[in-house]
Amino acid sequence: MPDTALLQQARRFISALPHCQIIGLSVTAIDDQGVTLVLPYSPLLVGDPRSGVVHGGAVTTLMDSACGIATLCVLPQFEVCPTLDLRIDYLHSAQPHKAVFGYAQCYRVTRDVIFTRGFAYQDSVEQPIVQVVGTFMRLGKAINGHPAAMQGGQP
Amino acid sequence: MIDKGLREQLRLAHESNEYGALLALIPYATLIGIQCHREADGVVFCLPANRDNIGNPLLPAIHGGVIAGFMELAAALQLILFTGTGQIPRIIDFSIDYLRAGLYRDTYARCQLWRQGRRVTNVAITAWQADPGEPIATARAHFKIDEHRSP
Repeated sequence: MPDTALLQQARRFISALPHCQIIGLSVTAIDDQGVTLVLPYSPLLVGDPRSGVVHGGAVTTLMDSACGIATLCVLPQFEVCPTLDLRIDYLHSAQPHKAVFGYAQCYRVTRDVIFTRGFAYQDSVEQPIVQVVGTFMRLGKAINGHPAAMQGGQP
Repeated sequence: MIDKGLREQLRLAHESNEYGALLALIPYATLIGIQCHREADGVVFCLPANRDNIGNPLLPAIHGGVIAGFMELAAALQLILFTGTGQIPRIIDFSIDYLRAGLYRDTYARCQLWRQGRRVTNVAITAWQADPGEPIATARAHFKIDEHRSP
């Protein structure tokens, strides 16, 4: 992956999110089509101690982050885009002791919302373990980072 | 399948209304810090404010993925702890609507089992912070209940 401005922007963005740092998320690739993040395997993320498989919540955090960062691929300038909704289908169980990759892309951008979709995989993109769709709000660059502007559904 | 030892621990937890030892068996539950206690009108799950769960450092606000993980885990625990099925549910799908920013505060959740079928269970989850009347997120999960097979 060439060290593009978009890759640097995505890495700066994810490095500023404390929980993403706690679970070790990082950006492996990004271009104008989409982004791939990786969630390294960790015993701390296990949801079922008998199998050693990571909890769905960790995979949801991977995919929410991937879909959120995918908005960088389509917006001319950075905008804060909180998640409006997210739907996750668990197609196959994850395998323990292996990293999970999350790919996401934006498939429709409007003035107010961005529609994203993606999938998670381990060995191969041909064998997704999770499929996701998520919708994100556009708050615009004028109110970028202003706390009062980020109160989702409040007046 | 929940083994005998776990079943005994479950009984003790119900008796003492102290679920910490049980939750400690699940590493992800410990990572995000979920708690659980019984109240007169049902079970309340709590996710105490924790810097490590922050996703938006500007507000600051809890990571949306952590809120989803908290609610998914609450739904699964509700099934494990309170349906007495003796089986570990497997998640089929999960859908969440974010209604308000999940601020850097204690977060609570309640679950409602809308349908407990032979193979699939439908659970609705509501999460709130200061005011139960102003939820920060609602979610819905389907779980697969492994059918008990006779030998």
